[in-house]
Amino acid sequence: MNAVLIALLALPLLGAALMLAPIGDRRALRLGTTVTGGTLLLAIALAAGFDHGAPSRMQAVTDVSWIPALDVRLHLGVDGISLPLLVLTALLTFLCAVYSLKKLPAGPGGRAFTGLLLLLETGMLATFAVLDLVLFFLAFEIVLIPMYFLISRWGSGQKVAAANRFILYTLLGSAVMLLGFLLIGVKAGTFDMVKLADAHGSGLSHTTQLIAALAILVGLAVKAPAWPLHSWLPDAHTAAPTVGSVLLAGVMLKMGTYGLVRVLLPIVPDGTATYAPYLGAFAAVGIVYGSLACLALARTGAKGDLKRLIAYSSVGHMGFVLLGIASLTPTGLNGALFANIAHGLITGLLFFVVGAVKDRYGTADLDTLAGATGAALYGRAPRIGALLAFAAVASLGLPGLAGFWGELLAMYGAFDPADGLSRPAFVTYMVLAGLGTLLTAAYLLVVVRRVCMGDPKQPAPVADVADLQGYEAASWTPLAALTLVAGLWPALLLGLSDPAVKHLLGSG
Amino acid sequence: MTTTHDLGQPLMTPLAVADPGGLIQSVDWVAIAPPLIAALAALAVLVADLFLPEARKRLLGWLSAAGLLAALAMLLPLVLGDTRSTFCFKSGGCSYTADHFALAFQLLALGGALLTVLLSLHTVEDEKLPGGEYWFLLLSSACGAALLPAARDLATLVIALEVATLPAFALVALRRDGRGAESALKFFLSSVTATAVMLLGVSFVYAAAGTIQLQGIADGLAHAPGQLKPLAEAGAVLTLVGFAFKTAAVPFHFWVPDTYVGAPLPVAGYLSVVGKAAGLSGLALVTTVAFRPYGHTWGLVLAVLAALTMTVGNAAALRQRADTPYGAVRLLAWSSVGQAGYLLVPLAAAGYADSADPLGATVAYALIYGLVNLGAFGVVALVGGTGRLESFRGLASRNRWAAFALAFFLLCLAGLPPGVVGLFGKVVVFRAAVDAGLGWLAVVMAVNVVIALAYYLKWTALLFAPSTSADVAVPRVPASLTAALGLAASGAVVLSVAPQLVLQVVSGSLF
Repeated sequence: MNAVLIALLALPLLGAALMLAPIGDRRALRLGTTVTGGTLLLAIALAAGFDHGAPSRMQAVTDVSWIPALDVRLHLGVDGISLPLLVLTALLTFLCAVYSLKKLPAGPGGRAFTGLLLLLETGMLATFAVLDLVLFFLAFEIVLIPMYFLISRWGSGQKVAAANRFILYTLLGSAVMLLGFLLIGVKAGTFDMVKLADAHGSGLSHTTQLIAALAILVGLAVKAPAWPLHSWLPDAHTAAPTVGSVLLAGVMLKMGTYGLVRVLLPIVPDGTATYAPYLGAFAAVGIVYGSLACLALARTGAKGDLKRLIAYSSVGHMGFVLLGIASLTPTGLNGALFANIAHGLITGLLFFVVGAVKDRYGTADLDTLAGATGAALYGRAPRIGALLAFAAVASLGLPGLAGFWGELLAMYGAFDPADGLSRPAFVTYMVLAGLGTLLTAAYLLVVVRRVCMGDPKQPAPVADVADLQGYEAASWTPLAALTLVAGLWPALLLGLSDPAVKHLLGSG
Repeated sequence: MTTTHDLGQPLMTPLAVADPGGLIQSVDWVAIAPPLIAALAALAVLVADLFLPEARKRLLGWLSAAGLLAALAMLLPLVLGDTRSTFCFKSGGCSYTADHFALAFQLLALGGALLTVLLSLHTVEDEKLPGGEYWFLLLSSACGAALLPAARDLATLVIALEVATLPAFALVALRRDGRGAESALKFFLSSVTATAVMLLGVSFVYAAAGTIQLQGIADGLAHAPGQLKPLAEAGAVLTLVGFAFKTAAVPFHFWVPDTYVGAPLPVAGYLSVVGKAAGLSGLALVTTVAFRPYGHTWGLVLAVLAALTMTVGNAAALRQRADTPYGAVRLLAWSSVGQAGYLLVPLAAAGYADSADPLGATVAYALIYGLVNLGAFGVVALVGGTGRLESFRGLASRNRWAAFALAFFLLCLAGLPPGVVGLFGKVVVFRAAVDAGLGWLAVVMAVNVVIALAYYLKWTALLFAPSTSADVAVPRVPASLTAALGLAASGAVVLSVAPQLVLQVVSGSLF
């Protein structure tokens, strides 16, 4: 088992290194698809070999010394929290590789693109697999350079400015986070996440916990992103190529929330409890803010960009995840982890579909697309229209689809927060979040009305819109299917996360 | 010994020492081999220059490289064996000690000089610099820089520092155009002023402590009579000012950009690495050993100095425009000022923690920085031209490997993967600051790392940007330059995979 986990990390890295060799662009893309496919198979093998009876236990563990001078160990392992995220990452990257095989965004060529994509995958997978604080930081940083170049070289519009803002913002966050990690490491004498989590903050004074928790919280909140540290996100998403947006929203935002659950919560519990009400408040504001921003963008005449709209909707959805975490209850945390995966699937799908629409129309500007009556995708490209509507209703949290359970559980967690947290405050957050779900439904339905419905006969910017292509179907169907599966059978994920969450909270 | 002439024949007065043999210090030749071999190689080059015909002058460069290699090889037995000291006094204490601190900085000085030699082979021919003089000066300066970290008394320290710096003035001036002379003069005047100030400080310290032995000074200062305190403190401050100049710490940094631009490119790289290492090792010795009783005072001073240095350096580097002539060198010059700020952080931490342990972080970071910074200078030398940043646009399409190498070096300097070793270099520096309770300095440094990334990344992105000009013919890259770049790049890659190789200095005892 541990060999599988090591191979899971080594394979994409090897693939990325291979891209330094002079091979043709087409062949590079095919090789990239093979490597990401192999990685996905490894992830599935890992999930199959995972002992589902004991998801709270670290499995497939490797623990060897790497830098004794700093006491940094190559400590890898998976439990019920990280396993779904690993599979999601491998799946989304593979789908992106398949999609790029046919639809490479305009830029400097396939070889560099594949190399960066594989390096990105290595960093994302490593974030979810490492159990050492310094390695976690390293993995966090690995993703920055590939994503920077994906946005600045393969993006569109204000791409360089957006890429700069993305990388500088996130680096500032992670540099501050590193200070928190080092403080913990210096005071506790180890960087080992398992040991630190088992200690539940014993050995760290209250002041240390407060300072470390604040530093780590800021770093992870930038990544997640939590309002008001989200301002890098809309620009990055708008400028990024489709594949970049999918991975940014689908996986990279989760690195922030995963860090909150894996590092902040168990390692500095006192500090977390102190800041939880503030985190909850920011989350609630983020939910309402995100949906109001989307409503503003969806209005007629607002010149709203569809990709920008989905980016803002991510701020709202990640607000639910943060709210669930802030409640510090098993229910809320389970909801948060479920919403994490659900958001990865649904927003991944949304970005794919919107990217395809943008490619076909040459613009994602909602007003241009909709014209006077609406873009009438139902009439002009029925399958794409249907998928967009499906993803939209999944995103607004329709029961039976993946978006429902996570947000419900997160709100339920806020309704009954952990002991020591102010109940009235959290109930207020819950009410705000409930308002947010209404607003979310409102803007998504507006989007569906303006993009999918309308008069197919009205003059459109593009005369002939091609319907769903084979490669698109291949890369999108798994996401749609999993959205349905997760919605109908939530126990699949909750069964994995629940024991692990209870273990982390120290009650299981 | 006195001689009298009044009797018409010289008279020897008997020596007043009971055991004359005891005055002659025994010399441990193995311990002093690294700087000694560098010095001998310098002399050999100077003599050989007289006899070699013009066409064979090229050999001098290779002779220098061989000399440095031999000096580096002599580090090996010292690293493996116990700490050796030589030039010891009967009263205890030695003037030369080859401990781990000294060996690490000797590795940096000699290794940096070796890379500089490889980078220079091409430049010397290209710019028609006088070969014999160039190699002699370079080796002499390297000898001084290698001697300095092993020096354990103020006199040796000052002499070593001057041996390292004086040839550097001449090296800067070797490019015989107006700019070279001007920058050498600027360098010379400010450096000499700093030396004068430092000598004054040294004399004050000697007066107060009654010894020039670093360890003895620490004891002397701790027990100095009250009325000598102000003198000792003034002396300490003045001595620090002198070393701060050599490390190009703010506000003693103004000579850096102009000097780097005026100097031959490899010399600029040499100054940014070996020159800085010399100053830094001296600063570390004086503060952590000699002025230890004043730890909290100079700790605070160095912390403020570090914060200022990194902020000023990075802010100035950020302001470099892509189309200024020599923009690349100017950017590297300012970035080296910023990096000097990071290097000072563990020193400040040593003051706060009242122990020499944090110094390991400075040593590790200096080694990493030296390697990748010389590599970056190497690629700038390879691209040549007017050295505008703009001329790096699209380097990837002209010379893929050079572009990859430079991108890797820049990311190492920025401390972002794939430049893993640079990242760990920053991690150990951060850790030293956090460990010593210098949280505010760590936060200042975190902000600076972000500022620095902005300009390193802008340059990196330029390398891979589409080329605007018509493809110019790729000049053939000289073999020596390729070797230097390959050495630096493979070193950085190996260290990225196995950072323990360099980071072990953090955990071991230095002195």
